[in-house]
Amino acid sequence: MSASLERGLDRFRESLDADTAGFFATCVRCGMCAEACLFYTETEEPRYTPIHKLQPLKRLWWREYTLVGRIAAALGLSKPVTGGELADWSELVYDSCTLCGRCSLVCPVGNDITYMIRRMRDGMAAAGYAPPGLVGATRRAIELGSPMGVQLATLQAQIRHQEEATGLPIPMDREGADYLVLLSSMEIVNTPEMLGALARIFDRAGVSWTLASDAFEATNSGIQIGVAELAREIVMRTVTAAERLGVKGVVSPECGHAYMALRWEGPDLIGRPYRFEVLHILELLDRLRGEGRLKVDSTFNLPITFHDPCQVVRRGGVTEAPRNLLKMVATDVREMEEHGVYNWCCGGGGGVSAIGRAEELRLKAFGKKRGQIEATGAKTVATACANCRVVMEEAIDHYQIGVELVGLTELIADHLETEESHHG
Amino acid sequence: MSAASIAFLAWVRGPGFHIALGLFCLGLVWRLIEIYALGRDRPLAPLRRRSGASGWWTILRRSRPSAEHESMVSYLAGYTFHIGLIVTFFFFTPHIELLRRAVGLSWPSLPTALVDGLAVVTLLALGVMLASRLLDPVKRFLSVAEDYVAWGLTLAPVLTGYLCFHHLLLPYTTMLALHLASVEVLMVLMPFTKLIHFVTLFPSRWMNGEHFGRTGVAA
Repeated sequence: MSASLERGLDRFRESLDADTAGFFATCVRCGMCAEACLFYTETEEPRYTPIHKLQPLKRLWWREYTLVGRIAAALGLSKPVTGGELADWSELVYDSCTLCGRCSLVCPVGNDITYMIRRMRDGMAAAGYAPPGLVGATRRAIELGSPMGVQLATLQAQIRHQEEATGLPIPMDREGADYLVLLSSMEIVNTPEMLGALARIFDRAGVSWTLASDAFEATNSGIQIGVAELAREIVMRTVTAAERLGVKGVVSPECGHAYMALRWEGPDLIGRPYRFEVLHILELLDRLRGEGRLKVDSTFNLPITFHDPCQVVRRGGVTEAPRNLLKMVATDVREMEEHGVYNWCCGGGGGVSAIGRAEELRLKAFGKKRGQIEATGAKTVATACANCRVVMEEAIDHYQIGVELVGLTELIADHLETEESHHG
Repeated sequence: MSAASIAFLAWVRGPGFHIALGLFCLGLVWRLIEIYALGRDRPLAPLRRRSGASGWWTILRRSRPSAEHESMVSYLAGYTFHIGLIVTFFFFTPHIELLRRAVGLSWPSLPTALVDGLAVVTLLALGVMLASRLLDPVKRFLSVAEDYVAWGLTLAPVLTGYLCFHHLLLPYTTMLALHLASVEVLMVLMPFTKLIHFVTLFPSRWMNGEHFGRTGVAA
């Protein structure tokens, strides 16, 4: 057995807990999780059934941690997990799972399948079976500070453009600010207007904020690929900057995994609670709205629908904020049939958008979202995750379906109450 | 009535039952330790909601059908045979009488004709479950030998009980002995197959609800 395979199997062993063992023991192979997974519904290939994606991890548990399994293994009645098998499973654990968590929500016996896929990715990455695209993104995140290779100079250039466009300062490394705001590379590269939108909203609402030159990137590739040490290093950059600047809160941008990594898993990764609060940008905006500090003086009047980013809504619990904000700024909000915690993924979460070999499958999986969007009749889709947005924009271009994507924060900034309208 | 079938009945009623009960209890305790002694971590992030309470709600909530209409066959047949198993086991007069004589505990039974009808419905529902396992592409793909063994273990007590009650196929004594034997085999194997979900279903749902509950999502 190769050293890397042994390392991977050791990670499998370390990842087994009462939750995982209980879930494996309880599965009755009813197959209902298949219907909850867009990779199955859009391809109808049974191998994409979520629980099947865990088969090697389950067999390792059964062979080594159960009486019957140990007897079967001793008698040669069950085969050990091999490198070839893990290679075959790489597509199932990475390319065809966005960690969207929908299967975990419908399993009748209560198995949190996504929780287990996360653990399985730990072993897969250690054994060397993570997809090259994700390995590259993670390497860039560690070496350059961002999975897309965006460096400080690029951000500074975008800041200058946005300061000119808005006439407002975009503070960097300001000690004593209330909030440290993070960005995702996707925003810096594809939608830099987001920076200007934040500047306008915070100026109007009187929020003291700053960016940090050593921690501007929120995306956590370590979480997506499944390497806890790297995930910890990426979280620690933000924690160090936040504590150095003495902020009260850290604001996670319109990005799904960034929020999940920082808000829900970061303290476990670094082994202690934070000394600051973590908010998704929509949570902060909804708080400002509730305090009467965020107002609009015009509305978006065309039909609009909202795509729930899985990690923000189903896995992150930010369900009401996007709806409160959307109702404030738009007059014809059309919910998709399954929305909120029951939403369907865009097909590119969980690092899938960084996996080159998964592109064809990802476009196919988008069929679910496409059907949902088209059923609403809306030609504008708001969302709160830059990754969802880029994934959907690419698919919309590919299928030429004439739908516009917009970030909810930007939409609000575009209709913000101005000084003149406030006094006029 | 042959001497052999009387001896068999005496064995399954006496030593056989005690052995099965002993193995069931030992097997169950072993399995629960094997699974839950692995322990779980407590999250350090501040919770949005009391997640333990969320877990209890999930135990109830997952009994409702989900929004996936495609799984309707599994839901309908699944509900039917589970309810059928519970009712025929706990509310059939001879079963209650047996328990009263053994441990002195009893409760009102349901009319025999009703339980009898329900046994037929349960057998039909189990037939549908098997057909769906064989015909549904996903279920067929996921299925292993254990699934068919578990199906047989579940069916046997209902089938032999029904045949015994109606004096069909085999002499009453033999069929009654087979009925008891099928229950005993079920008891011995239950902890070591997926049928252990009759217990682990509850902690699994709780843990799932607890995970989701940390973020405030009602799962």
